[in-house]
Amino acid sequence: MGEIQVKDKEVVVPGETLATGMDFLPSYGTYREGDKILASRLGLVTIEGKVIKLVPLSGVYHPKRGDTIIGHVTEILLSGWRIDTNSAYSAVLNMKDATSEFIARGADLTKYFEIGDCMMVKIINVTSQNLVDLTMKGPGLRKLRGGRILSVNANKVPRIIGKQGSMVSMIKQYTNCRILVGQNGIVWIQGEDPAQELLAVQTIKKIEREAHIPGLTDNIKGFLEKNRGPNAPQPQARPQSEGDTNDL
Amino acid sequence: MRLNLRQGHRVRVIPMTYEKRFDGRAFDEMRPIEAKAGIIKRAHGSGWFKIGNTEAYAAVYGPREMFPRFMQNPKKGVLRVHYNMMPFSSAGDRVRPGPSRRSKEISHVTQKALLPVVDLGEFSNAVVDVFIELPQTDAGTRCAGICAASIALADAGIPMKDMVCAISAGRVDDKMLVDLNYEEDSHENGVDIPIAMLHNSKKISLIQMDGELSSDDLKKAVEMVKKACDEIFEVQKQALKKKFEIGN
Repeated sequence: MGEIQVKDKEVVVPGETLATGMDFLPSYGTYREGDKILASRLGLVTIEGKVIKLVPLSGVYHPKRGDTIIGHVTEILLSGWRIDTNSAYSAVLNMKDATSEFIARGADLTKYFEIGDCMMVKIINVTSQNLVDLTMKGPGLRKLRGGRILSVNANKVPRIIGKQGSMVSMIKQYTNCRILVGQNGIVWIQGEDPAQELLAVQTIKKIEREAHIPGLTDNIKGFLEKNRGPNAPQPQARPQSEGDTNDL
Repeated sequence: MRLNLRQGHRVRVIPMTYEKRFDGRAFDEMRPIEAKAGIIKRAHGSGWFKIGNTEAYAAVYGPREMFPRFMQNPKKGVLRVHYNMMPFSSAGDRVRPGPSRRSKEISHVTQKALLPVVDLGEFSNAVVDVFIELPQTDAGTRCAGICAASIALADAGIPMKDMVCAISAGRVDDKMLVDLNYEEDSHENGVDIPIAMLHNSKKISLIQMDGELSSDDLKKAVEMVKKACDEIFEVQKQALKKKFEIGN
């Protein structure tokens, strides 16, 4: 009879046998070879009933339709901007998707976005040749002014956001920073006090390091409690301002 | 056995057969192996593999945009391997830095050895760069490089159906042995056969031979390598798992 060879939530390496027998089904990150299920990448085993899948722990971001990401302008094109997506593929933000303003033919596009400008954008399409189209029309999608940019492992983004944004809103409460997390692993942080910004950066780095360790929320809460300066404001539920949401 | 027999002395010729290995190992015993994953922080994945006095570092970057453009493949991603021995790495005779005939060949065979396990199908036009550096060498560098690169690729989250394990086998006089060191490798009557194997299927992805060997001995060499590869896989697996252990 079929048998699982590994523990649930264990880290496995490529080629490692996860289960034998035909009782289990291979899902993402696994494949069947004969009557065995093997891992096809490095990841965390997740067993859901009969289905075995892997949650990746590492890897570069790969653009996906519907993702909200933070990118920056690398080039001005004839009818839009080329945006770096922190992946192997750059994206194009067409001017008709960038603004509802009328842009005259031959207008200087740098009036809207300059090279180096950071922005929160949404991926509307990824072609089979990995050409990526972006849009800025949507809630919370905008150019990011000021603040600081942080780059993290894109696979850890769900942990940084937490269930229904619980983790990121906890960091916001403790540090009084505005935080936006892109699915591509770019995080934008803006706070009034540099020390608070730094605490937010350290917290996010800590989540990135410890994402696969159980009890993450409590650990992070403890870390924030401990490192909050003596004069720092009490954690408070700030009213959510526009564009500050992270309902990814 | 260069003896001067013209002097008319009766010389008793002592048979100089290879009875015992220079460093006292058993004939099917490898040098002590150590490995680590994730040692180069800014790389997407990295590995370190030490076997006896041979030491290899591998760093993987990507998938990322490929330059020069004409080398892009629109059907699948490209694996680019760069093998390099450091100038001070060998026994005092300085290795001239930069690409040589030898290092180009080894880069090429290493790429061919790793290609059967990596799945770059979804990374069209992109490249995965593998850099292998050898700070200290005592024969078996291409094998150590492949083992390190395999760890690094897995650590970088590249889809891989298996790990690649590599070790050299060979003959010194009439003895078959595994994992030759430099003394054995440069023995006047000897053969050196570096072999890379996929861990699960035991398929060979690299085999080279320096010297002459009977087909029976070659079969013996492959069997020895099969056994050694299981041990190497275990070391690679532990190295990768250790990176994600709690408190690491």
